[in-house]
Amino acid sequence: MKLKYWLLAIASIAVFSIVFIGCPSQKEVTSNDDVASKVYVAPGKYDEFYAFLSGGFSGQVGVYGLPSGRLLKVIPVFSQNPENGYGYTEETKDMLKTSYGMIPWDDAHHPELSQTDGVPDGRWLFINGNNTTRIARIDLSSFRTTEIIELPNSGGNHASPFTSQNTEYVVAATRFSVPVPNTDVSIETYKENFKGVISFIKVDPKSGNMKIAFQILMPGFDYDLSHAGKGKSHGWFFFSSYNSEQANSLLEINASQNDKDMIAAVNWKKAEEYVSQGKAKEMSVKYAHNVYDENTHSTISTMEEKVPILTPAECPGLVYFMPTPKSPHGCDVDPTGEYIVGNGKLAALIPVFSFTKLQKAIEEKKFDGDVNGIPIMNYASVIAGEVQKPGLGPLHTEFDGKGNAYTSMFISSEIVKWSLKDFKVLDRAPTFYSIGHLMIPGGDCAKPWGKYVVALNKITKDRFLPTGPELTQSAQLYDISGEKMKLLLDFTTIGEPHYAQGIPAEIVQKNQRKVYQLSENKHPYAVKSEKEARVERKGNEVHMYMSQIRSHFMPDNIEGIKMGDVVYFHMTNLEQDWDVPHGFAIQGMNVAELLVMPGETQTITWTPKQPGIFPFYCTDFCSALHQEMQGYVRVSAANSSGQITFNKR
Amino acid sequence: MGKLSRILVAIGSISLMLMFFFPIWSINLEAPQFPEGIGLRIHLNTIKGEKPNDVASINNLNHYIGMKQIIPESIPELKFMPYIIIGLIGFGLLSSIIGKKSILAIWLVLFIGLGIAGMVDFYNWEYDYGHNLDPHAIIKIEGMNYQPPLVGTKQLLNFTAHSMPDVGAYSALFAIGIGMTALFIGDKKNKYTVPKGL
Repeated sequence: MKLKYWLLAIASIAVFSIVFIGCPSQKEVTSNDDVASKVYVAPGKYDEFYAFLSGGFSGQVGVYGLPSGRLLKVIPVFSQNPENGYGYTEETKDMLKTSYGMIPWDDAHHPELSQTDGVPDGRWLFINGNNTTRIARIDLSSFRTTEIIELPNSGGNHASPFTSQNTEYVVAATRFSVPVPNTDVSIETYKENFKGVISFIKVDPKSGNMKIAFQILMPGFDYDLSHAGKGKSHGWFFFSSYNSEQANSLLEINASQNDKDMIAAVNWKKAEEYVSQGKAKEMSVKYAHNVYDENTHSTISTMEEKVPILTPAECPGLVYFMPTPKSPHGCDVDPTGEYIVGNGKLAALIPVFSFTKLQKAIEEKKFDGDVNGIPIMNYASVIAGEVQKPGLGPLHTEFDGKGNAYTSMFISSEIVKWSLKDFKVLDRAPTFYSIGHLMIPGGDCAKPWGKYVVALNKITKDRFLPTGPELTQSAQLYDISGEKMKLLLDFTTIGEPHYAQGIPAEIVQKNQRKVYQLSENKHPYAVKSEKEARVERKGNEVHMYMSQIRSHFMPDNIEGIKMGDVVYFHMTNLEQDWDVPHGFAIQGMNVAELLVMPGETQTITWTPKQPGIFPFYCTDFCSALHQEMQGYVRVSAANSSGQITFNKR
Repeated sequence: MGKLSRILVAIGSISLMLMFFFPIWSINLEAPQFPEGIGLRIHLNTIKGEKPNDVASINNLNHYIGMKQIIPESIPELKFMPYIIIGLIGFGLLSSIIGKKSILAIWLVLFIGLGIAGMVDFYNWEYDYGHNLDPHAIIKIEGMNYQPPLVGTKQLLNFTAHSMPDVGAYSALFAIGIGMTALFIGDKKNKYTVPKGL
């Protein structure tokens, strides 16, 4: 009997636990009516939006479909990618060249789509490299990084690469102020010697090619984020900053003392005037500019040596400071261009500045002093309103185009929806956990597609199956089409997602490249047919002009390579059909494999380490006889008399 | 020949000009790997792909079964066919101007004869491509040939091949049809006019 009671007791505890404790996420699922159908994209169907999520410390960009959250592609940008040879091949390694030499990694934070009339046009995606101060441009017809420009005089490229409404400029402001020019000084001399530089990079409207138009020498704050004015505020850029204390150590405390830091309002049309008047000083610098050409399939890397630099004290009307509570992070402009939202990380409110009031206050000279000749605006004269008790730790704000703003709250881990009419909070939705950026497709442009908001989270903890100490990164998708935000989906991301951009799929889809035209291939080592395939020796360099087509290499038997030779495999994929890449790898190759797209030529080098026979093969399953797509290279001793021989068609 | 007949013959002849702007015949291939489709468009003077790179892609696929490469420059018919059509247009217009039934009849006979010859020739080319395969082909299936149908649908390994006339061929059919009508109307007119004259 006793045993029976015990068993009963244990069983009832078990039932109690399952019913009342259960899994917390289960409750959420049951409380949402039919969210599954809202994110379900049937097999063979396409997503409605492309979403470009920064890969953070992976140095890459993750491309996702929304609303499904499916990963479509990882675009290598600042990081070498052994998967396809980016940054390893002769053609692409110079893309990662800097004034410090080749740097195979960076920290990519803020993707930004090119815009026409304030609306993303799907041509290019810009993204910053935070650590070695670079901006990359990705061509969205091929989803390839086709340009990287380094930024001189910058210590950390964080407030970047935000774009003006017709992509006249992308900007880059330094997170870490440094001596300009960078010299060997005591760190203690921060206030005296350290400066923050804002760079304006002109974008060629046809080719997209970037050129540093001018820089502005700013006080030694930490410039954090930015957005361009648009509509009525077109011609202006806004930059948030922290550390107006100009501390150089333990910033956590020392840069959190001032009640207000600054948002810099920069009149770039004025800057253009000053530059054309010759007010900019030419400064000797050194920075790399790397451009990839999709016809020669090669990079041209140049080292630039001059940059024009403007000093605000000598250029009245160029820059104004708007005092902003507590170390502002995001600096976001609403679709009309009237409101500039400062997101003070430690502030108990969200200040919303008015562009109209700013213009009036400038006219009426409502200044409260200056910093290095830059007027500080009177706070009350430029503020439109404050969002009271929005939550804790406001970081970024996006807009839905229907009069609402959405601010991410890192500390209280939520998205807060508020009205641009009366600055009142309308709704809150928890995020799991600790949201950083958030993204509404087109949410920072003049005409947002306000259907979804994506939360880009910093912590995932228990949201997914655990994978040891290093857990997956994640984003969450919310439906914002109704009055209340509704969580639809958690999805995993690559690297750490910082900012993101979203755009309706059809805008990007219609420009997609399927193959590279073989007839337009201008690579000096390309072969246009198997008949041209050959091997040539130039001293101790051996150049293999090789072709790939289903399912063989030509030539595929090569002899006469000697120890001490450097072998260049110039691989041309002769296919002209969509989705038929070929790969290449040879045993003992000390670099990465090659993945060659139809009509493209790519080169990998190989220095044999010992005599013998070395097989090579196609690494991308290309056809029914893919396994037969292989060959051999014979390597002989350095003093052997063998001439280069190879099989021919 | 009445006025109406002469106009009809002229329209028929001129409609043949469409053959210079549109393909005569289409061969479309369907396979799971080609959701976007792949195919050939046979013109008077060349063979093009349904999409820019289709000829090269089809040639590459055909190497598995040992089929000869389709090289439009090496097909002599594609060189002289345009002249034949120009000749037919000229002859047609001439018969319209002269307005003699007998000349129209000769034009039609010649036209139909050339049409039949063209189809036979096309069939022979298809037969040659489909049967005359490289003995060292990668894929060899006993008794299998890869001749596409003249008109209709046929399964060729993983490909379903559809072959059908295109705008060019239809314009030729139209020209023949309209020529025949002209001939027929001409007869009718004669039947009516002759009794009246008596």
